[in-house]
Amino acid sequence: AMAALRGLLPPLAARLRSGPRAPLCSAAAAALPLYDVVVSGGGMVGSAMAAVLGHDIHFHDKKIALLEAGPRKEYNHLPDSYSNRVSSISPGSATLLSSCGAWDHVCSLRLKAFRRMQVWDACSEAMIVFEKDDLDDMGYIVENDVIMSALTKQLDAVADRVEVFYRSKAVGYTWPLPSHSCDTSPWVQVELADGRRLQTKLLIGADGHSSVVRKEAEIKNIEHQYDQSAVVATLHLSEATDNNVAWQRFLPTGPIALLPLSDTASSLVWSTSHDHASELLAMDEESFVDSINSAFWSNINHSDFIDTAGALFRSAISFLRPSGTAVRQLPPSVARVDPESRAMFPLGLGHATEYVQHRVALIGDAAHRVHPLAGQGVNLGFGDIACLAQHLSAAAFNGSDLGSLKHLLKFETERQRHNVSLIAATDVLKRLYSTTLAPLVLLRTWGLQATNALPPVKVRI
Amino acid sequence: QLSLFRFTVKRPFSTSHSSVDSKEMKKFQLLAHKWWDEEGEYAALHSMNDIRVPFIRHDTLLSMSSNYHLGNPLSGIKILDVGCGGGLLSEPLGRLGASVTGIDPVEDNIRTADRHKSFDPVLAKRIQYKSSSLEEIVEESMETFDVIVASEVVEHVADLETFIKCCSQVLKPEGSLFITTINKTQLSYVLGIVVAEKIMGIVPEGTHEWEKFVPPEELECLLESNGFSVKAVNGMLYNPLSGSWSWIESTSLNYAVHAVKSGARAQSHATDTLPETAIQQHSATAGTA
Repeated sequence: AMAALRGLLPPLAARLRSGPRAPLCSAAAAALPLYDVVVSGGGMVGSAMAAVLGHDIHFHDKKIALLEAGPRKEYNHLPDSYSNRVSSISPGSATLLSSCGAWDHVCSLRLKAFRRMQVWDACSEAMIVFEKDDLDDMGYIVENDVIMSALTKQLDAVADRVEVFYRSKAVGYTWPLPSHSCDTSPWVQVELADGRRLQTKLLIGADGHSSVVRKEAEIKNIEHQYDQSAVVATLHLSEATDNNVAWQRFLPTGPIALLPLSDTASSLVWSTSHDHASELLAMDEESFVDSINSAFWSNINHSDFIDTAGALFRSAISFLRPSGTAVRQLPPSVARVDPESRAMFPLGLGHATEYVQHRVALIGDAAHRVHPLAGQGVNLGFGDIACLAQHLSAAAFNGSDLGSLKHLLKFETERQRHNVSLIAATDVLKRLYSTTLAPLVLLRTWGLQATNALPPVKVRI
Repeated sequence: QLSLFRFTVKRPFSTSHSSVDSKEMKKFQLLAHKWWDEEGEYAALHSMNDIRVPFIRHDTLLSMSSNYHLGNPLSGIKILDVGCGGGLLSEPLGRLGASVTGIDPVEDNIRTADRHKSFDPVLAKRIQYKSSSLEEIVEESMETFDVIVASEVVEHVADLETFIKCCSQVLKPEGSLFITTINKTQLSYVLGIVVAEKIMGIVPEGTHEWEKFVPPEELECLLESNGFSVKAVNGMLYNPLSGSWSWIESTSLNYAVHAVKSGARAQSHATDTLPETAIQQHSATAGTA
């Protein structure tokens, strides 16, 4: 009867894996340094995870290690020019960064709050505007370097608990056998490139979308390369403006977004085909600026049919819901681009089928990779951190084994539930907006207009 | 005062008054290596930690009113885990900072517990295991411990009153005793034995004998008449579908008790059962003594 019942329960035994490397016997293992948590990957998400745990009361006497393959970057002096890698930080992410004291540093360096987001179609007049009623900030555009600088400061502040290993790429992981059976070490072993080894009770993989932790744990990853690359650049506007609106226009080749950096500068994120992206990088600065302005202003993709249909729908809405159509603002025009700031990187979709295993958890891009069109990438990662840190904190306060699947599964369920719908929706949007076929354009036109008119749906977004 | 005299005279306990039941020992011997399989025979005990550890932590801190130490709330507190088995409860308490002594009459259990803690240098230092019965350590441990936990143990002991007396002897005045056990009701027979053991296999078959289950009233009475003041009695319920425990109003199945040993000056009365009103009066005067 017992066996039959256990057959009904989720196959947790499958999560207790043993890999190709044999775990150490107890004598050898005793010689290796043992950490409570090792975070593999020192990017924004990995560093924030280590910082948040380091500042948690219940982790006061615990030992945490952060492994970063690259060298320690000094952020003492913030360059005058803006970096071309920026992120849109949601208020929730700002709260998380506050909790470990990093947000104050970000604010004292530089960031740009935006109040409004205008998203519209290149093939029609349809538009959706996101705005908080109480004129609160919707989000913040922050350079990734600024976030890293703030996190590095906060890691330094808890150096007695968090040890950061720079130039320490993890090259191999050894997984423990199920703990009840043996005389071998129950911990995860991490081997670094220089041959050093450590042990940990919980390994957190924050090593990006081609995560080694995920691969070595043999966690299946659903992935798809979009045939798109994102072109980024730092742009200077024709005239100074409040610049507190984030702009995004869906072109048939992909969305182009302008994210405010200051009253006179904005960051470009233009997702387009690989060929077009290479062209954009190769062309001279004037042509580049012209392409951007044309992308935002030209109505070349409109058709009379769609315009009429759209207009009809709009008047129907304004009849039923007078407040349902927003005022269309005009995006700023671009004057010039920062010389060295153009760059491109390929885009893809990824989602790990499992976020956790015995003594392992994946966060950030290691667990999920999305298209930048929703500006959600790093926010999903910060959301993962908030959830995992909460569960780990409670587990520590209960004296639990930090690597226990019990609370790790709770983290996985909560985050998968949240992430899957957003990732799927982002993917659908990307595909929906990649076409000029009239029926689909009409569908998304009306859909966008309807969504714009319906507060409940907009709030959920 | 005769009872007080009797209580304080040290008397070596012969095995006939031992609280250890050899039949019970044999049952646990067979499963000694299964303790740490979180999905195995002891799964329900593993998940019981989710409620019993916070209960012990919270109520200990409340009655100690000591300064809360960040990250190690039970730091400096000496705990005796009676019937520790493989150390399922000792380890979380050790992680919270306590110095834990775990005792169990089954040697294989102690071996398993020792091996399991050996991989964690912090726990290896904080927890000491000993293969022993409670009586055997009384002599060398008079009034040594701040807290005693006897979780899922009293339904297995041969003589409950002896057990409680020994607890009192090794506990410091105003120290805490935490007990979790199973009530003796029709419901506990149906769910606790028939369903849990024979049908669903939540508990290995033959683990429990309904005859030895302890009703909370009897436990409270024994505690109060042996120098303890019962602070809390809470019902517990196991959900086999989710594999998790929760606190409930009713004590008809599982329940937990927190009792505090009276301070040095308070008296303990005779072991004859007193009528209920007398017991209540006794508790009241003990409180004001």
